[in-house]
Amino acid sequence: MKSDIILAGVGGQGILSIATALGEAALADGLLIKQAETHGMSQRGGAVYSHMRISDQPISSDLIPGGSADLILSVEPMESLRYLPYLSETGYLVTNITPFVNIPNYPDIELVLAEIRKLPRFIAIDADAIAKEVGSSRASNMVMLGAASPFIDIEFSKIENGIRTIFERKGEAVVNMNLEALRRGRAFAEENR
Amino acid sequence: MQKHLFLGVEAIGQGAIDGGMSGVYAYPGTPSTEITEFIQDHPLAEERNIHRKWSANEKTAFETALGMSYAGKRAMSCMKHVGLNVAADAFINAAMTGVNGGLILTVADDPSMHSSQNEQDSRFYGKFAMVPILEPSSQQEAYDMAREGFALSELTKVPVMLRITTRMAHSRAGVVCSEVLDENQLSMPADPRQFILLPAIARRKYKGLLQSQDLFLKLSEESKYNRYEEGEDTSLGIVACGIAYNYLMEHYPNGTCPFPVVKISQYPLPEKLIKKLNQECDELLVLEEGAPMVEESLKGFFANGNPVKGRLDGTLPRDGELNPDLIAKALGKEFFQGYDIPEVVANRPPALCQGCGHQDAYVAMNEALADYTKGRVFSDIGCYTLGALPPYETIYSCVDMGASITMAKGAADAGLIPSVAMIGDSTFAHSGITGLLDAVNEKSSITIVISDNESVSMTGGQDSSAMGKIESICIGVGVDPAHIHTIVPLRKNHEEMVRLFRQEFAYEGVSVIIPRRECIQRASSRKRNQK
Repeated sequence: MKSDIILAGVGGQGILSIATALGEAALADGLLIKQAETHGMSQRGGAVYSHMRISDQPISSDLIPGGSADLILSVEPMESLRYLPYLSETGYLVTNITPFVNIPNYPDIELVLAEIRKLPRFIAIDADAIAKEVGSSRASNMVMLGAASPFIDIEFSKIENGIRTIFERKGEAVVNMNLEALRRGRAFAEENR
Repeated sequence: MQKHLFLGVEAIGQGAIDGGMSGVYAYPGTPSTEITEFIQDHPLAEERNIHRKWSANEKTAFETALGMSYAGKRAMSCMKHVGLNVAADAFINAAMTGVNGGLILTVADDPSMHSSQNEQDSRFYGKFAMVPILEPSSQQEAYDMAREGFALSELTKVPVMLRITTRMAHSRAGVVCSEVLDENQLSMPADPRQFILLPAIARRKYKGLLQSQDLFLKLSEESKYNRYEEGEDTSLGIVACGIAYNYLMEHYPNGTCPFPVVKISQYPLPEKLIKKLNQECDELLVLEEGAPMVEESLKGFFANGNPVKGRLDGTLPRDGELNPDLIAKALGKEFFQGYDIPEVVANRPPALCQGCGHQDAYVAMNEALADYTKGRVFSDIGCYTLGALPPYETIYSCVDMGASITMAKGAADAGLIPSVAMIGDSTFAHSGITGLLDAVNEKSSITIVISDNESVSMTGGQDSSAMGKIESICIGVGVDPAHIHTIVPLRKNHEEMVRLFRQEFAYEGVSVIIPRRECIQRASSRKRNQK
């Protein structure tokens, strides 16, 4: 089993919460992990990414080699495209379609979505809308994790448990909302893959 | 055996605590900051009362760690690569004095300059000081090296450098922890003159340091972190240092590398292993993160041995960090290079946060400076360096910690009057005060803007050692109190700020304007924690 995942977004969007949930799930599954993060200057509203590698075999490099990622999981549409050189020939791109506009020259969103649709395998999901439906726009990252889950070789129940672990101290209601967000994301991906 | 998922920096923090460290001394700097933060939040550090407060700068940090070592206890000093420039005087001379309690300098380099102004390679400093250097290739090694480095320092009687790079610092992997060691007891140096570098003593100490080199070499050759891995294809021998070893092995999973490899994670270079590689192989390839330090020493001036490939002959790029792809290319391996980035993708550079006080200060400064020719604002290292970018484009320099004040003074000396310095509160405390004294002593016509957000913000909101002290420092250094002004940088105070700037730019002497408002990131995290 091997899943090489590029997580992408903008500093402050909290992509590391996705990594944490996935990391918990992988650990519970007895898998090995390496995960390179972005800290420092670029966190100030700049482009941020994380290389997350999960495997049942020892992992050498902290960085995913070019052209070999199984998945690009992006919480922002333009950011999903920035890491295309990492995507493998059989890899999936899973992205939120709500743009995060903090630069004056943000391109026309239709042009961005058109580029995403050119790819052979992609899921483009309005995670913000689904998150609001389940109760809070803050759950949008868990919608995204759900949408990516069919393409990650970890049992879904383990990912659910990962979410229980990280949201445990915020109470049952928050846990359930995030689990619902996860399931809705997964259902969307299953229908649209 | 419990496996922790640690960032490299966390592994080092845990290793240092488990190694019996009594104090960590540091100034924040990406990618080294989280070592100290991890220790600050650690229950055992609390229980043992391990020293873990921030220092004013890297030099004070390292010197204080040396003082703890003098008193027999184990200490670590952490900094980013350019921080070692600040601490270099102390570090180089600490190799001369030697240590009593074990002393580790952890220095985090930033190849590709993710958050830095250069990509200098700290291994040169280790070599310059002639001390052992450890360079982990995994988070587990980072943990082990931090834990065992104190004993290595006590055995070799010199400070030991632990060198990491950004990817090691900020990448997570499973780490198995070992038994927690006791702290050292307070003990005085056996030789009361050990730390007195008077020339007569220093000459003796230096001979001792030179004689120790044989021991350091022997330890490297026997180190568990260095090894020779056999390979059948001797057309190429590979020297892989630190994290570069992982990028190499990415292409040869489960020990399938056909070439002999020398893995290096402890310096001085293990001569025997490298000589063996040289004898067995037709040519050598050197993989190292940072500058071609090993490559240069293997190549030699006349390059008359086996061919040595690496960063110097173009096999690998001369600058920037390594990655698996660059090494694949160096090995002549073919791979699918992914999809191109569509042209529609725009750059998304970091920016000042919405609502940040630096923004208000820059808007007012720009208006007040409109009466003068451009190019008068010298800046410094911090979030406010982003004032170089649109829409502000206020500043014209960013060189090193504290250089805003001194460069403004030099420009004023040359006749550029007024010259303006833009510096943050923490950077002012770190290295701005001595420059201010120079300016006061010569009554230079400069205005110093100390944009005070009451925090070390660029690195994540650590405590600033200048907190609540800036006015009294300026008065103490000799700035006329009539020319020290404090204002809250908010839009409603814009006119008043512009008026103050105009007034002090026109003043022929040293003036200080302090726009003061708490960093909004720090304020919001403080409010979250209060809940």
